[in-house]
Amino acid sequence: MTALAATELKSTATVKEFSDPIPQQMYGARILLESLVLEGVDTIFGYPGGAVLHIYDELLGMHDRLRHVLARHEQGAVHMAEGYAKATARVGVVLVTSGPGATNAVTGIANAFMDSTPLVVITGQVPRKMIGTDAFQEVDTVGITRPCTKYNYLVREVDELADIIHEAFHLASTGRPGPVLVDIPKDVTAELAEFSHSRAVRLRGYRHQTEASEAQIEEAVHRIRNARRPILYVGGGVIHANASKELLELAEQLNLPVTPTLMGLGCFPSGHRLSLGMLGMHGTYWANVAISEADLIVAVGVRFDDRVTGALEKFAPQAEVIHVDIDPSSVSKNVRAHLPVVGDAKSVLRQMLKRLDSMTRDGALPHGRASAPSARLAPWWEQIGEWKKFAPLSYQNSDQVIKPQSLCQELHRLTNGDAIIATDVGQHQMWLAQYYGFNGPRQSITSGGLGAMGFGFPAALGAQLAYPDRQVIAFVGDGGFQMTAQELATAVQYRTNTKIIVMNNNYLGMVRQWQEIFYDKNYSAVDMESTPDFVKLAEAYGATGLRATQPAELSSVLEQGLRTPGVVVMDIVVSAEESVYPMIPPGAGLKEMVLG
Amino acid sequence: MRHTLSILVENRFGELARIVGLFSARGYNIESLTVAETLDSQVSRVTLVTSGDDHTVEQMVKQLDKQVRVLSVTDLTALDHIELELVLIHVRVGGDERRQVLNLVDMFPARVIDFSENALTIEATGDRLKVKALLDQLTPFGIHEVVRAGTLAIPRLPAAKVRDDLVQSFATI
Repeated sequence: MTALAATELKSTATVKEFSDPIPQQMYGARILLESLVLEGVDTIFGYPGGAVLHIYDELLGMHDRLRHVLARHEQGAVHMAEGYAKATARVGVVLVTSGPGATNAVTGIANAFMDSTPLVVITGQVPRKMIGTDAFQEVDTVGITRPCTKYNYLVREVDELADIIHEAFHLASTGRPGPVLVDIPKDVTAELAEFSHSRAVRLRGYRHQTEASEAQIEEAVHRIRNARRPILYVGGGVIHANASKELLELAEQLNLPVTPTLMGLGCFPSGHRLSLGMLGMHGTYWANVAISEADLIVAVGVRFDDRVTGALEKFAPQAEVIHVDIDPSSVSKNVRAHLPVVGDAKSVLRQMLKRLDSMTRDGALPHGRASAPSARLAPWWEQIGEWKKFAPLSYQNSDQVIKPQSLCQELHRLTNGDAIIATDVGQHQMWLAQYYGFNGPRQSITSGGLGAMGFGFPAALGAQLAYPDRQVIAFVGDGGFQMTAQELATAVQYRTNTKIIVMNNNYLGMVRQWQEIFYDKNYSAVDMESTPDFVKLAEAYGATGLRATQPAELSSVLEQGLRTPGVVVMDIVVSAEESVYPMIPPGAGLKEMVLG
Repeated sequence: MRHTLSILVENRFGELARIVGLFSARGYNIESLTVAETLDSQVSRVTLVTSGDDHTVEQMVKQLDKQVRVLSVTDLTALDHIELELVLIHVRVGGDERRQVLNLVDMFPARVIDFSENALTIEATGDRLKVKALLDQLTPFGIHEVVRAGTLAIPRLPAAKVRDDLVQSFATI
């Protein structure tokens, strides 16, 4: 024990004085960055510009505590932060300038808002005196982002900056998570103030219920235990709440079939005997028929999105609905809940498990719980098995041309279903959802609600920067990749190992599919007549480029690509006019599936 | 169905825009809107009249309640409450007609607050139907301009429920 430590023990009062942050004068820019460090931030994704010059000036001196990742476009920066947040369960942080910096960030912010990803986005603003004068690079950032943020701030005084940053992190990460934007006028960052952070949150109207009432839990458990055809319909809320363990336990105890949404992929192990695979527009036949025939839907952390329910009037006509969600406005929004349960997925699932436990102890349930529900649910499982046999996921493989489905299966084989994979929106996204089979939560990172092309690659890059040693893959289409391909420079600059698989069909595939099915093959503006050579593109950025055009090459190219250190772009040329099946046509009910 | 929502919101820059933006973004309708500080200067009250079926209004209330700075949302339509409107009216009127208009004003919860040789300015306060009736009556004389404030609404005092006859007579004010 050193002398200093001995002193600490003797007089804690004195030590406390020393450990308190010493109030000192700092520039607003420094206050901002110190506040970020206090929130535990280690990485900022950003792009500099005039209104954030003071911040970048201070940032350089703090590089040992705050890593700045220079994107090549602000949209890319926000997607990276979202990939980082989704993979790590932390708040992603973005720093961009005013005007075009802010407007370029909007797609990313809207994406995070739709998928409830916690972000804090800091935008520079013109100096306070110039606000409203149509100054150079001035836009009404809080006005533009008001409908696509959970909350946003314009900082009006340097004295409120530290508290606003703390509040922003609190708002972004609690309740239903989401992006929070803080707009900071340039002159605020240049003002001196005392860095005093009260860490107090003054939000009188902000509250959320995490636990359900005992009566609700009792009722829910009662209904689940008495249902003949129950189904667990689970989504992103389970992942946000880190409730996968509880979900698995509940499903196993009660022998319940589980169907995840696109946002819920991985929250329940895909290969598990209780998993029915994804439901919805391109979900499995048996998951969609099962939910349609269910007498009880236990919906956890989902929002009955139109891509899941199909025509609402035809959705699960015989089912009672228990809807667990932290956001009361999600409950009974699209489908009326018979038992609304507002609460955090983890807490509510835990409460249900506790209730089951106490029932076992009281003798209400026989010991060896698994045996109890299995007899009651045997006919239901038998029926589901028949549906599965009737229409399994299938495609016609070929030895002439690489089928996209086989690409996803091969990727699963080579990565054991353990990779973190980020996608855009469209055919490749659906095939990956159907055929990859994610093992765990926070592996699937996708643009669900907004459906933004160009999301996958930067999101993968953000996840890779969080986990340099994990296998992280951007699985994108040739269309989407071209929307944010410039981030190859970022991926190379930070010496990442990000792998990019371009599922290249030379078409805007999903749009082509709809034109094929609903517009009589009237292909309008979907043929990418000029596509760059992705191998050369990779090389131009200093990355490795590989290509597979024949089924025989697929495995070796993927294997080599995944093994090669550094950034690798794999251009996988797949059959051009393949469509994603099964498919529920828009406006149809879940049982009106087109099997292909 | 018509609903009157009473919303308490922190009195801060941009909060009204957030509420109004929510209505336009989700395709909800605003019939009238009144905003002013409450006794607590940190808090404003927004009285908003809208219409929609029960499900739509339930969503509105939930969406409003979800707003970070919204402290409470009350659907007054579900409660016993009083609603009032304030209206200012320029009526072009001279000569004999002037007497007739003044008589009308006497019959309504209204008064003359300004006048010139050939015009009167009338202030009226009352429920929607009363205000509408007055405007209907004045129309033949020639209404030059009407300025209306949004609906104000307040729950009835619990004690008022004891005497229905009193409630009725107050309600006609």
